[in-house]
Amino acid sequence: MDTRPIKILVAKPGLDGHDRGAKVVAHALKEAGMEVIYTGLHRTVDQIVRIAIQEDVDVIGLSIMSGAHIPITERLVKKAREEGIDDKMVVVGGVIPVRDVLRLKELGVKGVFPGGTPFSEITSFINDNAKKS
Amino acid sequence: MGVAKYTKDEKDRITDVTLQSGIHVKACYGPEDLEQVGFSYEKDLAAPGQYPFTRGIHAEGFRSRAWTTRQYTGFGTPEESNERFKLMISHGQTGLNVAFDLPTQMGYDSDDPMAEGEVGRVGMAIDSLRDFEIAFKDINLEKIGSGLTINAVASIMLAMYQAVAEKYGFDPKRISATPQNDILKEMIGRGSWIFPVEPAVSLIGDTIEYSMNVLPRTNPVSICGYHIRESGATPAQEIGYAILIANAYIDNVLKRGYDVDDFVGHFSFNLNVFGNIWEQVAKFRAARKLWARNLKEKYGVKKDSNMYLRGLFGGGGYGLTKAQPENNIMRGAYYALSAALAGAQTIALCSYDEAYTIPTPHSAILSLRTLQLLMDEIGLRDTVDPLAGSYFIETITKEMEAKIEEEMEKVEKVGGIVRAVATGYVQRLVSRQAYEYEKGLQSGELKKVGLNIHTEGEPMDVELHEYTGESAEKQVAALKQLRRERNDREVQRTLKELETATRAGKNVMPYLVESCKAYATVGEMARVFRDVFGEFQEPALF
Repeated sequence: MDTRPIKILVAKPGLDGHDRGAKVVAHALKEAGMEVIYTGLHRTVDQIVRIAIQEDVDVIGLSIMSGAHIPITERLVKKAREEGIDDKMVVVGGVIPVRDVLRLKELGVKGVFPGGTPFSEITSFINDNAKKS
Repeated sequence: MGVAKYTKDEKDRITDVTLQSGIHVKACYGPEDLEQVGFSYEKDLAAPGQYPFTRGIHAEGFRSRAWTTRQYTGFGTPEESNERFKLMISHGQTGLNVAFDLPTQMGYDSDDPMAEGEVGRVGMAIDSLRDFEIAFKDINLEKIGSGLTINAVASIMLAMYQAVAEKYGFDPKRISATPQNDILKEMIGRGSWIFPVEPAVSLIGDTIEYSMNVLPRTNPVSICGYHIRESGATPAQEIGYAILIANAYIDNVLKRGYDVDDFVGHFSFNLNVFGNIWEQVAKFRAARKLWARNLKEKYGVKKDSNMYLRGLFGGGGYGLTKAQPENNIMRGAYYALSAALAGAQTIALCSYDEAYTIPTPHSAILSLRTLQLLMDEIGLRDTVDPLAGSYFIETITKEMEAKIEEEMEKVEKVGGIVRAVATGYVQRLVSRQAYEYEKGLQSGELKKVGLNIHTEGEPMDVELHEYTGESAEKQVAALKQLRRERNDREVQRTLKELETATRAGKNVMPYLVESCKAYATVGEMARVFRDVFGEFQEPALF
């Protein structure tokens, strides 16, 4: 049985500097036994994909508060496909209006966690769905 | 029940109340409590308008002047923001509090690839003086003061504010701007930093030095405990860190050979209001006292009015919930009450829909009315510091003071605030606390109406401010037109002079004003600083 912990990248794309949510979720994931890498602020999509490859993570989690979640996710999914890492699960959290959840899922995002989602919901979703490479 | 922790027994009797800053609240207070905390009327309280200003900075409080109402406003293009500014002023708002979009805050032009998807989204887009000309059109800048919510490139925006004022014929000596201009708090929370700590602090020093000489009514820095608390800090940490940060800016200007009494009277604060009402009131009273004592005892400030803690007390966004959003209207009213009871100079309230997006005209005016009815309808201007002398308030004000001092000592022990921020010490403390707080909410240990208690009812639809990409397209088109029409040679000349001055360590402000007047863009001016200073390397931790 594979006992290696799930490795997840918590990423802050774009210019938005509100990282309270990202850091709080990073704490929760870590406490749930996952290995967490945090990118820090102001990352471009290219940088995030590069870190995901270098660190060989199982999951890429984007935290977006500025409202630009759709264009940013589109770019990330495209870049991940180009780099051949579209098998990695992508999840998105932050200020995400209900009406945009479907659109994000169409783009290939597996889980969407708007602000206020219980930690247990996030961690069990990732535990159940992340495929370890 | 706010953010205090309540322990109850099986009969639902409260057996313990602990405020977020760690103060235990007793069921009843009397004179013996004052004695126990060593309260002295002369040293701890005194009359309003007298050192240490616990009761407020003016002898007559709100009788002599009501608080300024300054709602945070701005979105889309300068045209759209100008319209909203005028709407708020026409409804009786007495100051502007300008919101900039993220590309502007981060020193990128609207057509920069980094700006994609962000132009005009969380504030207005500003690329050049031409945008400021539109944004401030038909606004009397000698009458209406403006808060500018900008930090990393605050020096550029302050220069632009002077340039637009001059363009419209106002006297720089009579205009009043309050840029946030607090980079250390951006590094702790909110994250709109660009340059490394030392040059970033030095740019703030430049704006303070320049304002003294050229923009005497301007408050060149507004220390934002607000954002530190929004990131997870306790009220005691919020004030402790804010005072230490202010001291770092003072130290920078003192090195330039000025007397502290020449400039410190123009420091202002932007502090947070949400949660337990008593803790908030005690926090503000203790903050005024500690700031005054810090200036008098550490820096030898002589003039009383230079020791005033002047502040915008903002009804905090983190207190609001997405669940049952109309409850935020009531929350806002209580936050405003806390701020008014604590003697705010200026109040801004988050609007009830701000847990979703930026406010609609309707919700923004509702917040303004909340402040106005408090001012004119229910007696908040009747008398100064009505809570003074309460056994409870005076006791917890003393206790809060001790908690704040404790937080300051912890930072001093790790080498002071500049070092504590550069190494991520403060960020780590604050993010850990944010996590504990969130866990408290999720477990129900901390109560929040509509979120974890009294959650019955259908979710409601909120009418939201719509963002369309149209504003961004217009802004980019206007920027391209500006680049065609301006005198490029003049732009290059002023930028070159800015670069030379920056490399030489001169005060950059006069050069920025010249660049602004030549219609250099924010991105071009910020590029000069990026090239000379480099970028802040964020400590990678959470």
